[in-house]
Order: sequence, then C-alpha cells, then structure tokens
Amino acid sequence: MLYYLPTHEYARVEGNIATIGISEYAARQLGNVVYVDMPEADDDVTKGEDFGAIESVKAASDLYSPVSGSVVEINELLIDNPKLVNEDPMNNWIIKVEMSDPSELDSLLSPEDYAKLCEAEKH
Amino acid sequence: MTTDLKTTCLHDLHVGLGALMSPFGGFDMPIQYSGIEQEHMAVRHKCGVFDVSHMGEVVVTGNDAQRFVNHIFTNDVTAMPDGKILYGMMLNPEGGVVDDLLVYKRADNDYLLVINASNIDKDVQWIERHAENFDVDIDNQSDRWGELAVQGPDAEKTMSDILGIDAADLSFYTFKTIGDMIVSRTGYTGEDGFEIYASADVIRDYWNRLIDAGVQPCGLGCRDTLRFETGLPLYGDELADDITPLEAGLGIFVKLDKPEFIGREALISQKAEGPARKIVGIEVEGQAIPRHGYEVLDADGNTIGSVTTGYHSISLDRNIAMALIAADHAALGTRLQVKVRRKVFPATVIKKRFYTPNYKK
Repeated sequence: MLYYLPTHEYARVEGNIATIGISEYAARQLGNVVYVDMPEADDDVTKGEDFGAIESVKAASDLYSPVSGSVVEINELLIDNPKLVNEDPMNNWIIKVEMSDPSELDSLLSPEDYAKLCEAEKH
Repeated sequence: MTTDLKTTCLHDLHVGLGALMSPFGGFDMPIQYSGIEQEHMAVRHKCGVFDVSHMGEVVVTGNDAQRFVNHIFTNDVTAMPDGKILYGMMLNPEGGVVDDLLVYKRADNDYLLVINASNIDKDVQWIERHAENFDVDIDNQSDRWGELAVQGPDAEKTMSDILGIDAADLSFYTFKTIGDMIVSRTGYTGEDGFEIYASADVIRDYWNRLIDAGVQPCGLGCRDTLRFETGLPLYGDELADDITPLEAGLGIFVKLDKPEFIGREALISQKAEGPARKIVGIEVEGQAIPRHGYEVLDADGNTIGSVTTGYHSISLDRNIAMALIAADHAALGTRLQVKVRRKVFPATVIKKRFYTPNYKK
C-alpha cells in the first residue's frame, strides 16, 4: 500500500516496514538534488517530525516522516549519488522504518488524494 | 500577498518559457528556466541573459548634484569622467548600509543611481530626505527602465552579432549612451558582460532576439550562485542596515579621505578600533551545505556568528559560504565549525573570492 504526506513524502508499506522517500512531484520541484541528510540506522523517527533534509542547489528542505518507528535501513546509494532521487524517486527511497503504530497510516493521504493536492498546488 | 507583487516588462515571456517564478524584492521574478546548474555554467563558459528590470533607477541632477551624491555615497565622484561608473554604498549615520549601488556619471551634475529592487522605496525616501539643503532634482525612474544583463565570455560577440550593439570599446565599469539606451560593461556574475537599460519595448525586442538565437535565459537562482562564488555581496545577506562596509570587507569602496559623507565619522572610529565582526569565506568539510542563517561556532563550540550565503558551489564542487563572524576568528586558516541542522561540521576560513573573476579590463 502507498501513502503520502501533504509535505510530499511517501510511505510504501509491506508488513510492518514503511519505505519512505519523496514523490515524483517533489523531486521535479526541487531540481537537482545535491545532498540527502539522512538519520542513522536505529534512530527513532516520529510521524510528522523531520528526520533529515534534502538539498538542491537552491535550498534545504526538511524531510518529514509519515510514520513513527525505528530506522532499520538507510539508502546508502544516496550518499555518493544523491541525484538518484531525481532519476527515480519512487524506487530510490531514503529510509526504511519499522513502524511502532501502523494505525498512523489511517491519517495519511491516498495516492488519489495526493494527486489532487499536487494538482491544486500547481494553480 | 501575490496581488501586491510587481512584474517586469518581460513577465509574460518568462511564464511562456516555463520559468519557475517566485517573489524577489517585491517583484514576481524568474528563479530558473532549465535549471540553476545549466544556467550557471552557460554564463561561466558561453553566455546567458538575465532580466534585471526589477533594479531601481534614480536620476540626480541640478547645480549641487555632484556635491549631493558625494554626501550620500561612500565612493568619490569628484574626479569621475563622463561615462564612468563607480560602485559604493549609501550609509546611515551609524555606518550601516542603507543600500549598495552603482553611480553612472552621465554629464556634469547628472548621475544615474542604480539601486536594489528590494530597497527602492526606502532608498528614494532616504535620498529625498537628505536632499533638502541641496539644489538637486531627484527623479525615481525605476518604472520607466527595463534592464537586461548579458553575461559570459561570449557576451561581447553576442551583443554585436545578435543585437547589433558595438560595445567592444567599453572597458570595465564604463558605459555609453546609444539613443535613449544605456549600455555598460558591468555585471554581477564574475564574468565579462554588459547591462542594457532601455524602454520596455526595446528590452522585449532584445530579449526575444537573444532567446530566438539560442542564448540561455538565466534566472535569479544562478545570479545568486554566480555572484556568491565571486565573493560579491547581496543586500540582505552580506549587507544590511546594521552591517558596515568595513565589516563586509568593502573598505576600498569607502573614501574616508573625502571631507564628508553620511556615516563617515562612524567608519573612522570603527576603522581606528578595528571592526568587531567580519564577513569571511569558509569551507565546510563533509557533505553538509552551509545555508543563510546557520550558526558558526569556534573550535570550542562557542557561537561566533552566522552564515550569510552558502552553497554547494557549482563551479568549484565544494561546500562553501560567506559568514559574518567575530573578527578575532577571521584569519585565513582559522578552524571553525558550522551547525547544519542537528550536526556540527568542521570548517576553515578561506578567501571569500572563491572563484577568480574573468573581467575585461
């Protein structure tokens, strides 16, 4: 199942693991990503709070976690090659989180609702 | 509020090119077209064109014009020949910078002041307020002039081949008047280049000819990365009402040997004591990018200032910044730290002219 935050992060959920990254819309808006500031494995993240940042030439944007839990893996490919996020943000995820409260997913946006939100932002 | 934003004479053309638009200095301005990196590199290696019509233009004329400009301006206009341009600042009595500007000498007692868009209202009020005891006429012509900046090593050829403007004879910081148009060898990129001041119709025609000929349109995004790499200040970052030119390292544009100008006494005493703060260049180790407002710490972790502008430099591929810090930590090679979000990264003071400019003298 795929969920989104209004701040453009996605969570792809399989079992108890949420794979978190930024949406294609956000990756396009940012322009070339030059650095992804990630937490470390075993760090805790909290739903709605920032867990890192993604930087383009122009600016740093905070990354917000769609779920609470513990980081089980970071995408180490992004350390040397942050532009992977631009190339394919849905496959080039940022962190994987073991969820502490899967009921938090209920308050996230569905892909359809997220698409509507992006459409509204364009106008 | 977007309804309050002003637009330049090229606004519809930027939107038509698909530019990312954003407010800057009260105007809805293009930040980028194809991407900041590509636009930056076009200016460094070929040529790019910027819409800088948001800049303000104020003409000062009258019997006391020379004496008045010298009264409000840190540089010395006394011996300027016609066609010469000087960079300098207007200061408040405390020595803080009201604005940085270019002064074009058009004729005896006839000066064009080019000021920052974000400061137009403040500057015009400041200039008018201090003109009371001078026989001068102050004419804010900001809405009448459009302006293009044609910048890069191919700028001279672009001017002649595409616009039919022969400007090869202009040396750095000089200008000439062609009909109602002003062409100067100036810019804000660290590369050779020209700025064209003209009416909206002429500016639109020139812009379209340049774009049709394949010249890269450039937004304010790369204007900032380009000026930053050359160590040029931006008002609001390195310059402000409470930062003096001596703190900003711009002392060569302040002529303390002039008999008087607003802010002179404050700067004379600051120079005698030595400024307590300085703008320096710093390089940060690791992948973290120092950004405006981030805290700068000494090696022991004490806060000593903050970043004024910082980027992952496009031309140099390094994480560098300008920062306003305590002067006793400003020596080249001093070890510092920069706080980037939750973490602290080691940094070193380096020369703030990160990139050596390629001006035509």
